[in-house]
Amino acid sequence: MIALVYLQGLFLFMQQDNLIPHLFRTEYSKIVAVLYHSFNLKHLETAEDIASETFLKATEVWSIKGPPENPAGWLYTVAKNKTKDYFKHNAVVERQVKEALQLNDVETAHDFDFSDQNIADSQLAMIFAVCNPGNSAEAQICLALQILCGFSVEEIANAFLTKTETIKKRLQRARANLRNGDFQIKILSEAEIKTRLDSVLKTLYLLFNEGYFSRTNNQLIRKDLCSEAVRLTYILTENILTNIPQAHALLALMCFQSSRLDARISDKGEAILMDNQDRNLWNKELIEKGNYYLVNACQGNEISKYHLEAMLAYWHTTPTDKNKWQHILQLYNQLIIIEYSPVTALNRTFAFAKVYGHEKGIKEAEKLNLDEHAYYHSLLGYMHADTNIDKAIHHYEKAVALTGSRIEKQTLSKEIKRLVEKRAAG
Amino acid sequence: MKEFLLVFRADYKTMPKASPEEMQANTQKWMNWIAGIAAQGKLVDRGNRLVNTGNVLKSDGIISDGPYTEIKESILGYSLIKADSLEEATELAKGCPILSFGGNVEIREINAM
Repeated sequence: MIALVYLQGLFLFMQQDNLIPHLFRTEYSKIVAVLYHSFNLKHLETAEDIASETFLKATEVWSIKGPPENPAGWLYTVAKNKTKDYFKHNAVVERQVKEALQLNDVETAHDFDFSDQNIADSQLAMIFAVCNPGNSAEAQICLALQILCGFSVEEIANAFLTKTETIKKRLQRARANLRNGDFQIKILSEAEIKTRLDSVLKTLYLLFNEGYFSRTNNQLIRKDLCSEAVRLTYILTENILTNIPQAHALLALMCFQSSRLDARISDKGEAILMDNQDRNLWNKELIEKGNYYLVNACQGNEISKYHLEAMLAYWHTTPTDKNKWQHILQLYNQLIIIEYSPVTALNRTFAFAKVYGHEKGIKEAEKLNLDEHAYYHSLLGYMHADTNIDKAIHHYEKAVALTGSRIEKQTLSKEIKRLVEKRAAG
Repeated sequence: MKEFLLVFRADYKTMPKASPEEMQANTQKWMNWIAGIAAQGKLVDRGNRLVNTGNVLKSDGIISDGPYTEIKESILGYSLIKADSLEEATELAKGCPILSFGGNVEIREINAM
């Protein structure tokens, strides 16, 4: 672990040369997963140490000789050799591994491969190991970011807008929990997958949301989080055991949402509402992918919350249709019945107001008992804006006081200013 | 909060025959109403509709097909909600679309075993 922290500092220093940080992000987690999966090492840390040493050697050699033609292949070869050394020279070879090696032909066991298939299988197994319901959802996301996505503690802290120390402690606790729970990744059995798939999907969903609705204003971190969530969910859809409609629905949702990442934030860092977004900035390729996975997801009778959210995202990327908001309202109706959340309740009310008018929307909103939520007040401000400027301003001001997001504060304050001017103009 | 069973009753014979469009509009009304309760975090179980035929088994062992000969109204469906009081639960039931077809909603507190 010491080597890992040191390396990540080193890479920060080497940001001017973009190659290693990029490779680190993509290859570190692959190497850890393959080593861990192939050797069933007792400690995750051993796999992590070997991966870190591999990168350390890369920085040494590449800074003198320049990077090789196939950097990833080079890293895999070094990782293989380092693993062989570990078994040869380490006096405390774990008994478990010894037995495993005696059972198999030693050479074959050492000849583990970094084929795309084996990397995907190993990472899939790692996803299931990390998404352990024994840990809190937040801890699972931190672990996933560190082990599966190669994020540094600092990057995780940035994404969560939390102190590095807090993240460190959270990770330590989570790792201890995994060890105590006899953490190991095996070949996944169908039964294990069934019991844990829900929690895997949920963690990936939260990981994506952490990026999409991130508290950080750093657009790069947001994109990284989102694309990592997409990558991991994609692994699920590619494996025959985890290739279920829900996984496709989740991936469709992520594609639709990602298609709008560039259009959501203005140059000044303000949030732009869907209606005002420049549709030319929407990524058409991702929308196409979303459509593709949504069609896949609909093979079968099951409608999960991921299906509903993906369909909602689909309607949002679709140009205006006469019944668009009626469709959206009905989807929110189904979603809120499956799972209550204040945000869904408020989004549903927004759709309700679009279909039945602001006056009925206001009545529906006032039943919700969500006085403490910024969004509740910004929604009421929006619905009052055309008919009762005083009330609208009152609610918008409450929203400004309640929200923790700087971007949102700016957007709301602009709207208050507009209403104040409108009121003055009489 | 306490839980309440909502029992929806109506007379099948007097239910208007609905066109597919009307049926869709009715479904939307039901969904809007029940989702409105869910949006307040007060839906426990959306429940179900019931098929309009059934048997009644009596103490003398006689089986008759449904209670319809004796009572005009029969149970169409049920939902479970939660509320602080019977008054609040009754208030939540007020938007139920069955009321516009001349049906009624019975609101009963669950007496948990």
